[in-house]
Amino acid sequence: MFAYIVRRAAYAIPILIGVNLLTFYLFFVVNSPDDMARLHLGVKRVTPEAIEKWKAERGYNKPLLYNEAVSGSERFTKTIFFEKSVKLFAFDFGYSDDGRDISHDIAQRMVPSLAIAIPSLLVGLLINISFAMLLAFFRGTYVDVSGVILCVALMSVSAMFYIIGGQFLLGKLLRLMPISGYDGGVDAIKFLVLPVIIGVVSGIGSSTRLYRSFFLEEAGKDFIRTARAKGLKESRVLFRHLLANAMIPIVTGVVVILPLLFMGSLLLESFFAVPGLGSYTIDAINRQDFAIVRAMVFLGSVLYIIGLILVDVAYTVVDPRVRLS
Amino acid sequence: MIMPVILWTDALIFLLVAIVTGFALYARGKPHLRAPWHHVMCSRLGSMAVVILCAYIIIGLLDSLHYRPAIENSDASAETHYAVEVLSVLDVLVGPLRTRTEKTYSAPFATQLFSRETVQHPDGSQTRKYPRLEYGGRHLENPAADARADILQRSGIALTQTLAAGLAVLLLITLWQARRRQLAFMASLRDILARRTAVPWLIILITLSVLLLLTFLAINLATAYHVLGTDKVGEDVFYQTLKSIRTGLVIGTLTTLIMLPFAIFMGILAGYARGWIDDLIQYLYTTLNSIPGILLIAAAILMLQVYMANHPDAFETTLERADIRLLFLCIILGITSWTGLCRLLRGESLKLREAEYIQAATAFGVRHSKIISRHILPNVMHIVLITVVLDFSGLVLAEAVLSYVGVGVDPTMNSWGNMINSARLEMAREPVVWWSLLAAFLFMFTLVLAANLFSDAVRDAFDPRLRQR
Amino acid sequence: MKQPLLQLANLSARIGTGPRAIRPVDDVSFTINKGETFALLGESGCGKSMTALSILRLLPQPHGRISGGQVKLEGTDLTALPEVEMRQVRGRRIAMIFQEPMTSLNPVLTVGDQIGEMLQQHLQMKGTAKLNRVLELLDAVGIPDVKRRYTEYPHQLSGGMKQRVMIAIALAGEPDLLIADEPTTALDVTIQAQVLELLQQLQRDTHMAILLITHDLGIVAGMADRVAVMYAGQLVEEASRDCFFTDARHPYSLRLFESLPNVDKRDHALKTIPGFVPVLDRDFSGCRFAERCEQAWDTCRTQAPSWDITTDHHHVRCHLADRNITPPARTARDDTPLAHATPGTGTGASLLEVRDLKVHFPIHKGVFKRVVGQVYAVDGVSLEIPEGHTQALVGESGCGKTTVGKGILQLLRPTAGSVQFDNTELTQLKGERLRRRRTDFQFIFQDPYSSMNPRMRVGDIVEEGMIAQDIGNSSQQRRQRVDELFVQVGLSPENAHRYPHEFSGGQRQRICIARALAVNPRLIICDEPTSALDISVQAQILNLLKQLQNELGLSYLFITHNLSVVSYLADRVAVMYLGRIVEEGPVASVLEEPLHPYTRVLLSAVPQIDQDTRREIIRLEGDMPSPANPPGGCHFHPRCPDAMPGCRERYPGETGTADHRVHCFLHQ
Repeated sequence: MFAYIVRRAAYAIPILIGVNLLTFYLFFVVNSPDDMARLHLGVKRVTPEAIEKWKAERGYNKPLLYNEAVSGSERFTKTIFFEKSVKLFAFDFGYSDDGRDISHDIAQRMVPSLAIAIPSLLVGLLINISFAMLLAFFRGTYVDVSGVILCVALMSVSAMFYIIGGQFLLGKLLRLMPISGYDGGVDAIKFLVLPVIIGVVSGIGSSTRLYRSFFLEEAGKDFIRTARAKGLKESRVLFRHLLANAMIPIVTGVVVILPLLFMGSLLLESFFAVPGLGSYTIDAINRQDFAIVRAMVFLGSVLYIIGLILVDVAYTVVDPRVRLS
Repeated sequence: MIMPVILWTDALIFLLVAIVTGFALYARGKPHLRAPWHHVMCSRLGSMAVVILCAYIIIGLLDSLHYRPAIENSDASAETHYAVEVLSVLDVLVGPLRTRTEKTYSAPFATQLFSRETVQHPDGSQTRKYPRLEYGGRHLENPAADARADILQRSGIALTQTLAAGLAVLLLITLWQARRRQLAFMASLRDILARRTAVPWLIILITLSVLLLLTFLAINLATAYHVLGTDKVGEDVFYQTLKSIRTGLVIGTLTTLIMLPFAIFMGILAGYARGWIDDLIQYLYTTLNSIPGILLIAAAILMLQVYMANHPDAFETTLERADIRLLFLCIILGITSWTGLCRLLRGESLKLREAEYIQAATAFGVRHSKIISRHILPNVMHIVLITVVLDFSGLVLAEAVLSYVGVGVDPTMNSWGNMINSARLEMAREPVVWWSLLAAFLFMFTLVLAANLFSDAVRDAFDPRLRQR
Repeated sequence: MKQPLLQLANLSARIGTGPRAIRPVDDVSFTINKGETFALLGESGCGKSMTALSILRLLPQPHGRISGGQVKLEGTDLTALPEVEMRQVRGRRIAMIFQEPMTSLNPVLTVGDQIGEMLQQHLQMKGTAKLNRVLELLDAVGIPDVKRRYTEYPHQLSGGMKQRVMIAIALAGEPDLLIADEPTTALDVTIQAQVLELLQQLQRDTHMAILLITHDLGIVAGMADRVAVMYAGQLVEEASRDCFFTDARHPYSLRLFESLPNVDKRDHALKTIPGFVPVLDRDFSGCRFAERCEQAWDTCRTQAPSWDITTDHHHVRCHLADRNITPPARTARDDTPLAHATPGTGTGASLLEVRDLKVHFPIHKGVFKRVVGQVYAVDGVSLEIPEGHTQALVGESGCGKTTVGKGILQLLRPTAGSVQFDNTELTQLKGERLRRRRTDFQFIFQDPYSSMNPRMRVGDIVEEGMIAQDIGNSSQQRRQRVDELFVQVGLSPENAHRYPHEFSGGQRQRICIARALAVNPRLIICDEPTSALDISVQAQILNLLKQLQNELGLSYLFITHNLSVVSYLADRVAVMYLGRIVEEGPVASVLEEPLHPYTRVLLSAVPQIDQDTRREIIRLEGDMPSPANPPGGCHFHPRCPDAMPGCRERYPGETGTADHRVHCFLHQ
């Protein structure tokens, strides 16, 4: 298993290089360092010297991918791409275009992101699995049919409506909780309740339906028939035999997104003005801050790959049949 | 005189229509291709969804026939000039909806503006009152008293029209069924009404009648009122949502259409060829997949915006510019979403490669290209179809989110995303302006729900594993 | 009279609703007494399993239900019990084991858990008492090293071991009746012998009754006290074993006997049952077997025969057995001669010569996926097939026999060795030249269901090979040839426009044969072509293969695990064990005077119908080792009853006569 993880981690390196190349290309193909400097310096102070100075301060005063001015391997290393990328691999994200320490920002903003994401995930899982088991238990009856239709209806509503509707109903009409905002410490809880509720509700439709299909898939298998032929109680058949097997795809499905929880939720954070990584990303996009975008892309890719490795590990834990090699 | 305008997305839409028509003609004689579609139509929810989707598609197609009208010119000999504004056939059909703009917000069926305005009387005094709308309820003498009766009367007319049209449709279906199944007219009618037909015609008829009722209501009411109110600049919200349908459909269909050849080719190739080709393709899609999709889309759209800012002359009209941006959005969404299908196809091809009928073909010395085209491709098409249909609703929903982030369709383009985006602020007003959001919600929800129900029916019909149950 | 243990009275079951509902069990009545073995015999689709599931009220949900009749367990009607009380019956009074041990055990629970929960549920055992009892049960079903197995998961066990665990689960509730639904069908013949012996021994010890569901007459002969034959949802004959095997009356039963291949029928075509089991979604007006019965006359088609008692305890559902009905005089059709020319009529010139064929699959491991070992799937196989002859290749699953076939055809590239086909070295051929050559040798797969593309018409499927090999100048010519081929394999040419799923298993296998013939091959490798088919259909296919060989002078390499098919069809037979051939020679000589201990074990394990010829079963310990790690010396020595010290040292060389080769130190 160790050898397997080492191999998968090594496989991540070419992927991350590819990711970097792609973002780099997308950004600089239209946005040369000169343009960036002009954008940031504003109209008034644009002089060639000022641009050069801005570029030099931020390490943009080199060729993009290939440096003809020097020789040997430096042709590749003395470039913006190389210098900006190598640091990423050491998780040194550098400074944003307005001079803030990105690593510090990320570390700070991770907390509110997780404060929304983790409760949403746990509560959501509990609710969705219960509902799915309920539907699977009543399979073929009207409870099941209408439940499935309700799920489809719920998943047909855009997340934006859930947010706007939730803010309007719970925040504005009923005045149960603040509409948006965030505070440090224990006070954060009252700001987090609404986003978590909305996060859970918006996921119920699709997840319940998916989990139900997992349950039904297992319910048709021979070993369930064996369990019934043993004369076991229906509750034992459901919880011990059915759930144990249906949990395999559920757990692995959750594990794969687990690392990505760190990235935060774009919509929730921005609607509720929570200073997490999701809103950080949106702000960066709107301000066209390449340093932050690149850092977030890199972070996202690393987390995605970690997720893939975690899934494989999770399989060996929940499914005795799987061994890694 | 008109000048037809074919936008890029129009061209692709009609290509799609041609492909679908071509396939339908091809499948007519092939029972194994026809059977699953019949199965879709036999499911109650499936047939309902098909009818609703058809209504949306018709509106979308009407809105995809673009032209530029000629500008009235008294000098007959001079060269004809065409308006800068590009119109579609839908614009002509809905006629006044497009042009009758009020000053600012007005509620659905209102005859007055939503907010008070200061009115200067001839005697110099000023009062603050709700001014009457320029178009909504203009025909009424005394709006406060007459509006309700007028609306009821018009609704009554619509109901009668619906009844007549519904009966006509029932008659047609019965006659057609009677001829096809060689039954007497009454026997056929009884079968339909008692739901004894394989295809649930009664359900289809009811769905159709509801749609007809809505259409007739719109025809009767929307000409006299703003049935869904007006927005900040006084534009009719009903018109906006109708125009948004095309945007939603384009995003939902063209995105998959664009990425489809690529995903199919790469997926099958990876699974069939294995070895280093497989490694390369896997590397490609893992890399693309690992980039957070929203960031990739944002980067690409920003790139396009910069390009457009630098080349303002490349586009003749604003619509053309918005259209290019829409197309580009489809492409970039396609790039981020082809990986899922590609991986599915790779897995299936790997499995099929070991299937005995493929081995049998190899044992006959059938060429690789033939094995792929005759054996593998037809046996993975159900996966392709299920994915396309499943993706559709997700893409329609994604459009709204992207527009909110600011990397969606052009702000000048009618889309549900843009409507919701502006509605956010309206919800914070006192009193609340709710109708834009409601309109977007209703139209979007109906489309996505129909698409989801349709995809369920398609999956039941095409997925061999589900079919056995 | 003693009260029977289980009594089925007019039991009927339905799957689905409405007029097209399937009626897999229709008015079935029988009784099982304490301690006896009652066999339910029939082809697939006859409703045997559904009968068993109806007894336990475990019909597939939500569509299946019992629609009539009673199931009485010592007088209590099970169909009327509330679900809670029914649970006290399941497992405790009546236990059941299933056909597929692979899927019938829960993959994520340990063996110990799955047995233990029975004890907890029915006997309220807990803690050490439970543990000890589980270990006892595991020991009782012959599982070695019980402490370790207790904590293992099902996937860590072999197929035979899994079925033993299933039996242990069934035993845990100390039931009065064990329902065994095709308990050995998924197992190899030597493992089958082990499991059947275990069942018999357990029955002796616990005096439980067994309802044995099977399609294998041999198993019935060895195990049953009484036999009932089921056809199309009904019982058609019921008798004691001895009475059934000496005096079967129903034409269906008789046909089942006659369609079994064996050495005595070598020179004749096998008798077959035409057609297939009808779909059970309609009412039948006459006898359900009438369409397939040679002796049927008008009465059979209009009047359903009753469940007559002909003699004491011998029921036959046939008008022929009814003394009140006189059948018309027999027509000559019954005596149609079916004699065949003897097989092996070719010139005898060598067509295929395989020398020392090896197919190894590398095992990768570690960070860099280095090759750390090989799976020796085929490890030095030599064969020779003359023109027009049939060579059989026999062995249990996992011995590499299919890999030999694919290696010869270059569907898998051999690691080493030579394959000479008509003096061409196939292992050296590549690309276009190999592709062109493929017209000479063809493959018929085991499963006719999965060997045809479901989205192509069968006519196109047959034509495909001709197009690839440029046979026939025009599509018209090819179409004509397809029609001829359909006739040749006994199908109507109109069928060419239909799709594979519209055919029955036997018909599909015929189409597969037509497809192979389309490119005019000289050698056909048949990989278990009849093992997915019922006995009566198997006979049809065997007849067809034999007839085609006589007409076209084909050579066959017949890969199978079924020795009776070999004795009927083949000229020579090779026995494979763990990637190597251990014995090879003429069929008569190998099957009558086997030299290798493994061959003897195989032969003894085959259930025999004829009581007189039944051999003493030679017990074979354990399972076949993994081909990735074959035992040193003779591969068979760890399980060999005659192993000598020398067997551990080195692999025995080839000895015996030129005609009958063997690798065994007993014959050095």
